[in-house]
Amino acid sequence: MTQEPVTEEHRTVNADPTPSATDAAADKLRDVVADRETEGPTGNSTIFGLRGLTVYYADFRAVKEVTADIRENEITALIGPSGCGKSTVLRCFNRMNDLIETARVDGSLTYHGVDLYGKNVDPVEVRRRIGMVFQKPNPFPKSIYENVVYGPKIGGMKGNLDDIVEESLRKAVLWDEVKDKLDESGLALSGGQQQRLCIARAIATSPDVLLMDEPCSSLDPIATLRIEELMLELKQDYTIVIVTHNMQQAARVSDRTAFFTVDVSDDGQRTGKLVEFDVTNRLFTSPSKTETEDYITGRFG
Amino acid sequence: MSVTAPQVPMDLSGDPRRQRRERRVRSLFFVAAALSIIISAAIVLSLAGEAWGFVTAVDPASYFENGWLPRRGRYSILTIVWHTLMVSGIAMVVATPLGLGAAIYLSEYARRNVRRFLKPTLEILAGVPSVVLGFFALNFITPNVIQPLYAADRSNLLAAGIGVGILIVPLVASVSEDAMRAVPRALREASYGLGAKKWHTSLRVVFPAAISGIVAALILALSRAIGETMVVALAAGTSGILTWLPDSSGLTMTGAMADLAIGSDQVTSATAVQVNPFQSLFFVGLMLFVITLVLNVLSERVVRRYRQKY
Ligand SMILES: Nc1ncnc2c1ncn2[C@@H]1O[C@H](COP(=O)(O)OP(=O)(O)O)[C@@H](O)[C@H]1O
Ligand SMILES: [Mg+2]
Repeated sequence: MTQEPVTEEHRTVNADPTPSATDAAADKLRDVVADRETEGPTGNSTIFGLRGLTVYYADFRAVKEVTADIRENEITALIGPSGCGKSTVLRCFNRMNDLIETARVDGSLTYHGVDLYGKNVDPVEVRRRIGMVFQKPNPFPKSIYENVVYGPKIGGMKGNLDDIVEESLRKAVLWDEVKDKLDESGLALSGGQQQRLCIARAIATSPDVLLMDEPCSSLDPIATLRIEELMLELKQDYTIVIVTHNMQQAARVSDRTAFFTVDVSDDGQRTGKLVEFDVTNRLFTSPSKTETEDYITGRFG
Repeated sequence: MSVTAPQVPMDLSGDPRRQRRERRVRSLFFVAAALSIIISAAIVLSLAGEAWGFVTAVDPASYFENGWLPRRGRYSILTIVWHTLMVSGIAMVVATPLGLGAAIYLSEYARRNVRRFLKPTLEILAGVPSVVLGFFALNFITPNVIQPLYAADRSNLLAAGIGVGILIVPLVASVSEDAMRAVPRALREASYGLGAKKWHTSLRVVFPAAISGIVAALILALSRAIGETMVVALAAGTSGILTWLPDSSGLTMTGAMADLAIGSDQVTSATAVQVNPFQSLFFVGLMLFVITLVLNVLSERVVRRYRQKY
């Protein structure tokens, strides 16, 4: 897990930027969201309900009291400065934090109304329904084919998996590039292709939700655009929650955006919190909190 | 504030004293590195002469007759090689599942505080003198484990094999655990993220990704098993008669060498074969040296050839 502390440098650089620069940044974001609806999609029901979700690593409280509703068949973006707990929150959705011995969750998190941290919930079952794509592409050192069928196979699927491979790779817009070399190593692909392979691998288990933790941060701009287009297409079938460092990206792809930041207490404890959660267009054009406004205009972070 | 211009012409030749010192240090390290080669060569040379004396004196056809009995001039290489194969085979059968099981447990399952306790324990086991394990095999494994189930003699090759197996478990476990822990966390997360259970992740992702290190660990352990002397000498006794089953006493290559070197079997009688039994010791020693060398080179190769990039 990468931990990028918010450096002091970070903050002083942006402490008092020239007005024109910040206006330009904000204008650009407004341009991006200009043609998006301000009301956001309606009629989509809640898939994840967060109520006072608080996550600790041992004694360290990483994020506190997050309350939000994430809706089906939408793309929800989590944005905010490094270390504000975006990944931490995201990794609660598929119980990935269980892999960290010290991690502990308070408050409640429901998935289709079921308490995800309930007593008889098996994280393995959760992860079969809620797929994840990571920051750094992490294909298995196996063939492209084996990468895609890994999930279905462990899910107990037998017999001919060729159709699943083709369908998943097509959905991930990778099929045409790899159809003649399915038995080559997934590691032989370019970074962007590897990430699309990871998306195909996640899709192959026919999940309900795709979680993406900065999926484009190690990719070049062209590969980034392809992944963004892909997300917009996948939205028809899946609910997507994406963590991104890049506000432009959030503005381009997401329906709703959650802005997190870090609270620094008097004794120097840094705790992440959710500041504002709204339809993307509104969050970027008329944020209701000054913290949000400062962030999107580049005065912070 | 004015910037001083660099001196022209600049002298970049460096301090000659420092350079001399660096050359001296360099040659010191070179000698240290070369020493291992020199020692290996010296071993081969010292073995080769006497071994050659053995080869010229003993009819190669007799290598495949029954019995390693130097006192009577009988040098059945087949006998001691077969006994060695049995012992190291049994040792690997014992050590592979135990060692790999321990490695998987330590690297994938153990919580941090369990691991903190288990890993040093394993390393202590690795430090148990082999004479102690030999004694354990002879006085515990044979009467309590083997004899109730299997009609074996008091000294037998099975006990030796099990003893050697226990001896090499820590080696297998610790080298393969290192290989498994070197597998990046990202690969495990990818697997868990797809809904894999722990054993699935261990066996289908971590294990294959670490396979080169694991195979290297096994080859290294095999080479250690072949070379192990003390456990075998104590548990398997000193019978030079060929036995196809591990139920009786039998000399292995190392056992035969120890037996000769200790001096219990040095009575040279005026037999047909005119060879100093001591020379056979060099011949067997050379064989062991070559076998372990080949195995070690093989393990290097495996590591390089099958290393998966991740
Ligand atoms: N495994 C961990 N153990 C301890 N602290 C962690 C761990 N992972 C993250 N943290 C801490 O939790 C805070 C939030 O981290 P993270 O969720 O990764 O932030 P973000 O993704 O927004 O950059 C940071 O202060 C980070 O140092
Ligand atoms: Mg993060």
